[in-house]
Amino acid sequence: MRQEIVKAAPAYTEFHPRWYRAPVSVYWWLGQWRYLKFILRELSSLFVASFVVITLLQVRALRNGPEAYSRFQHWLQSPWVIALNFVSFLFVVFHTITWFNLAPRAMPIWVRGKRLPEFLVAAPNYAIWLVASVVIAWFVLR
Amino acid sequence: MDVSSHDVLLVGGGGAGLRAAIAAAEVNPQLSIAVVSKVYPMRSHTVSAEGGAAGVIKEDDSLDEHAYDSISGGDWLCDQDAVETFVKEAPQELLQLERWGCPWSREPNGHIAVRAFGGMKKRRTWFAADKTGFHMLHTLFQTSLRFDPITRYDEWFVTKLLVDEGRVQGVVAIELMSGRIQAITAKAVILCTGGCGRIFPFTTNANIKNGDGMALAYRAGAPLKDMEFVQYHPTGLPFTGILITEAARAEGGYMLNKDGYRYLQDYNLGKPQPKPVLRSMELGPRDRLSQAFVSEDQKGRTIQTPYGSIVHLDLRHLGEKVINTKLPFVRELCMKYQNIDPVKELIPVRPVVHYMMGGVSTDIDGATPLAGLYAAGEVACVSINGANRLGSNSLPECLVFGARAGKAAALFAAQQKAPNSSVLAQATDERKRLESQFLFKTRGRERISTIREGMQTTVEKCAGIYRDGASLAEGADTLRQLQERFADINLDDHNRTFNTELEAALELGFMLDVAESIVQCALHRTESRGAHQRTDFPARDDKRFLAHSIVCRNPDGSSRVELLPVKITRWAPGERVYGELSQTKERPEAVSTRKAG
Amino acid sequence: MIMADKIILEVARYSPEQDTKPCFATYEVPVHKEWVVLDALNYIKDKVDGSLTYRWSCRMGICGSCGMMVNGEPKLTCATFLSSYAHNGNKIRVEPLRYFPVVRDLVTELSDFLVKLKKVKPWLIRKDAVPLSQGEFLQTPEQLDYYKQFSMCINCTLCYSACPVVGLDPKFVGPAAIALAQRYNLDSRDQGAVERIAVLAHPEGIWGCTFVGECTKVCPKHVDPAGAIQQYKLNAVLDWLTSFVMPRGHNSQDVKS
Repeated sequence: MRQEIVKAAPAYTEFHPRWYRAPVSVYWWLGQWRYLKFILRELSSLFVASFVVITLLQVRALRNGPEAYSRFQHWLQSPWVIALNFVSFLFVVFHTITWFNLAPRAMPIWVRGKRLPEFLVAAPNYAIWLVASVVIAWFVLR
Repeated sequence: MDVSSHDVLLVGGGGAGLRAAIAAAEVNPQLSIAVVSKVYPMRSHTVSAEGGAAGVIKEDDSLDEHAYDSISGGDWLCDQDAVETFVKEAPQELLQLERWGCPWSREPNGHIAVRAFGGMKKRRTWFAADKTGFHMLHTLFQTSLRFDPITRYDEWFVTKLLVDEGRVQGVVAIELMSGRIQAITAKAVILCTGGCGRIFPFTTNANIKNGDGMALAYRAGAPLKDMEFVQYHPTGLPFTGILITEAARAEGGYMLNKDGYRYLQDYNLGKPQPKPVLRSMELGPRDRLSQAFVSEDQKGRTIQTPYGSIVHLDLRHLGEKVINTKLPFVRELCMKYQNIDPVKELIPVRPVVHYMMGGVSTDIDGATPLAGLYAAGEVACVSINGANRLGSNSLPECLVFGARAGKAAALFAAQQKAPNSSVLAQATDERKRLESQFLFKTRGRERISTIREGMQTTVEKCAGIYRDGASLAEGADTLRQLQERFADINLDDHNRTFNTELEAALELGFMLDVAESIVQCALHRTESRGAHQRTDFPARDDKRFLAHSIVCRNPDGSSRVELLPVKITRWAPGERVYGELSQTKERPEAVSTRKAG
Repeated sequence: MIMADKIILEVARYSPEQDTKPCFATYEVPVHKEWVVLDALNYIKDKVDGSLTYRWSCRMGICGSCGMMVNGEPKLTCATFLSSYAHNGNKIRVEPLRYFPVVRDLVTELSDFLVKLKKVKPWLIRKDAVPLSQGEFLQTPEQLDYYKQFSMCINCTLCYSACPVVGLDPKFVGPAAIALAQRYNLDSRDQGAVERIAVLAHPEGIWGCTFVGECTKVCPKHVDPAGAIQQYKLNAVLDWLTSFVMPRGHNSQDVKS
C-alpha cells in the first residue's frame, strides 16, 4: 500500500525535476549535543534576567524599610526561590564561561603583526571576575 | 529543440576560461558571453595548482632570460614568437590579477615576492603561499561575478561542436541537472577545457580532466598538435596521485632511492649541494627527473609498494618552522591523505602524469584553423611549452592566452552574422545519438570502468615515460579494440536527472579519441626530445623533427600525422644542459659543440 | 583494535523520476588503509551500481565538490577515512548535505548559494583606477595576514549544512558568504566596505547569525566563518555609532578595524 503511494505521483516532469526538500524539525536542536549546548547557552539569558529581577526586588525591599526587607529575606528562604536561584546560578556561570571563551573570536587582537592566542584575550576577563568575586566575598563575609 | 544564443561561448570555466570571458567582456561590453562548464567554475582543476606563476619583474631579470629558459627547457620545440609574446605579457597579466585582489605573497617591504622554480635560472615565480592556483581561480571567479555580460551555464556538459559553412557556430550541451539536451549557438567558441591526465592510471589530474576540448576539436576537424608530449611530474603520492609540489624541492628537499642516496647526481644534473641550486639536481627539469626514476626502477633501486614502485622525498632537514611557513599545504596533504608527517618521515613519491604539452593547435591569438574556434590554456598548444613545460609557466599561460583568445574571439564575433538555423538539425541528430547509443540502450555488454581501466593500462605501458615502436603499435591496436568495445557499452543509469554515468561514458569516448592521437603522434616521431623518449631512437633529430606533429582526423575516422616546422626567431637550437655546465653560460646563445645523447 | 576488511555503507538514493522522497540502499565495500568514503562510492559506482550519483573532482580537499553528510556530520568525503569507522561493525551512513534541496542521490542544488555569494560583492572595490604601469599595490606580509584566513574558503558549503539558522531561515546569507565579504573588507587594497555593509547589516545578513559556532567546527580549511561574522558585527556597530558622532561626508573612506 505504502509503495503505491510513493510511486503514484512521480516528482518529475520532463526537464523540470522536483528537488527534494527535507523538512526541518522543530526539535532540530535535540539532534546533537553541540546544538543542545547552544540552546542552553541562549536559555541562560532568561536566568540572568531572573537574577536581575530578584536583585531589583531586593533594592525595592531595602527602600521600603526594615519590615519589607525582612519579609523579602523570608521570601528568599522559600524552597522554590532557593531552587530557582541555584539553577540560575549554574546557568549564569555557564553563560559567563561561554561568553568569555567566545569573546576572543569576535575581537582579534593584533600585536606587532601577530594575532594574540585566544586564551590570552579571554584570560583578563577571568582574572577580573576572580578579583571582583574575592573583593565582594570579603565585604559580605567579614 | 530549445536553443540559446550568445556571441562568444567559452567551454570550460577555469583559469583560461574565466580570463577569456572577462577579456571579451572588457573589449566589448555589448557582447553576450556564455561560460559553459561541466562543473561549477571554482571546481575547475586550476584550483589545485600549488607552486606558482612565472613573470619577470625583478631588476636582475630580463624577458630574454625567461624566454630562453622556456625555449631550452622545451627542448627547442617552442614557437619562439609565441614565447616572446608570452614572457612579455605574463607580468602584466599577473599584475592585473593583483589588481583584482589576488593575495600574492609579499616581501617585507610590501612588493611581490618571487621564488626559485625548476628549470628557471632566475627567481621569477610569483606565488600565493602554496595555493597559487586556488587563489588565482577564486580571484578570477569572484571578479567575473561583477561582469553582467557574462552568463554562466553551470554543470552543462558539451558533447559536440556545431560546424556549418566551414565555421563553428555553437555547441550541443546536456544540462546535467535536468537532462535537457540543447543547442547553444555562438559566433565564436573558445575551448578552455584543460588537459587529459585521466587517460593515464597515475595522474595528479582531477576526475574532470578527460581531454574534452581536444576530442571536440578533433572530431570537428581541427588539428591537434604535439600530442605525444605528456609531462610527468616526478613527485606524486603513489595511491592518490596527489602532487607534491616542485616548491618542496625548491625549498631544499632531497630525492633518495632505496639506499638513501641522492641518485640524481648520476644523471648529468650536477653534484649534490647542501642548498638548492637553480637548474641543478632536484631543481632540474621535470622530464629528466622522471626519466631518472625509470632508470633507477630498472636497476632495482626503487622501493616496491602495493601501489607501484616509489622513491623518497626527504624534507626532514628543513625543520618544522620552514615547512609550516613555506610548505604548509604539502604537510597537510601528506598527513591527511597518506598519514605521513614530512617533518619526521620520508614521503613516498613516483612520477605521475601532470600536464599535457600537446593540444588543439592554435596561433598566438588562440585561433585554430577552423574559423570561429579558439582555444586557450592546457587544452591548447600554441606552443610555448614545446617538448617539456617548465614549472610555473602554465598558470600565466592560462592568463596570457586566455586574454588573447577572449579578445580575438570578441573581435571576430562582432563581425559575424548570427548562426543559421540549419545547425539545429545537427543538434537534434546529436540528441538522438545520445539517447539511442547511451541513455535508452539496454543490451550493451561492457561496463565503463572495464574499458577505462583497459585504456589506462594500455596507454601507460606503451606511451609512458619511455616508448618504443613495437609497444606503441601494439598499444594502437589495443586502443582500436577498446573503441569497438566502447560501442557496446551499457549504462546502469537511464534517468535523465543528473546522469553522471552518461557523463562518464561520454568522457571515456573523448579519452579514447585523445589516447589514439597520442599514440599515433608518438609512433610518428622517431626521435627523442623532451618528454617524448624513444628507446629505439634515443637521439634528438633536429634535421627531421624540429617540427610539431599535427594530427587530424580523416573522414573515415582514422588519423593522419604531418609535421609543421617550429618557428625560430632568435635562439638557434642548442643542447639542454643542467647542473654546473649551465652555471657557466653567460648569455642565452646556442652551444656550438653537440654532445652525444 | 583490528580494522575490519569490509564495511557497510548506507547511501541515500533519490531519483525524482521514480521517487517522491529519498530512501537508503546498502552496499558492502572493502576497507583499505588509504581508502576514503569517496573511494568507497567510486567502487560502488564502478563495480556495483553505476547509477549512484555524486559530485567529486580533485580528491585532495581543494575543489570543494565532494561534501556530504557522513554519519550525520558534514564532511568532505575525500578526506574521511573508511578506517576511522571500520570498527565494531560500524556502518557509514552517507547522505546529501543538509539544508539544501536534493536534485538526485547525493547531489544538492547550489544555485541559491551562488546567488548569496554574488550578493555580498566578493571582489576588490576601488574608487580610483590605477594603471598597471604603476606596479603592484603594496601590501606587507602583516597586512596579508589580516585577511588570509578568510581567503581560504573552497566553497564546499559544509558550513551551510552545519548552521541551524540556514536550516530555519533559507534567506540567511550564510557563513561562507559573510566570511568572504569580510575577507575583502580586511584587504588593505579594498575600498568597498561601505557597499558591503549596506547589503549585510540586515536581519538576513550578519544579524541573522546567533553565533552557534558549528560552521567553524566543520570547516575543512579552518576559515573560522563564525569569527568573521562576529568581527563583522562589531565593525557594523562601531560604524553605526561613529556615523552618529561623526556623520559621514561625501568622499569618506571606510571604517576598518
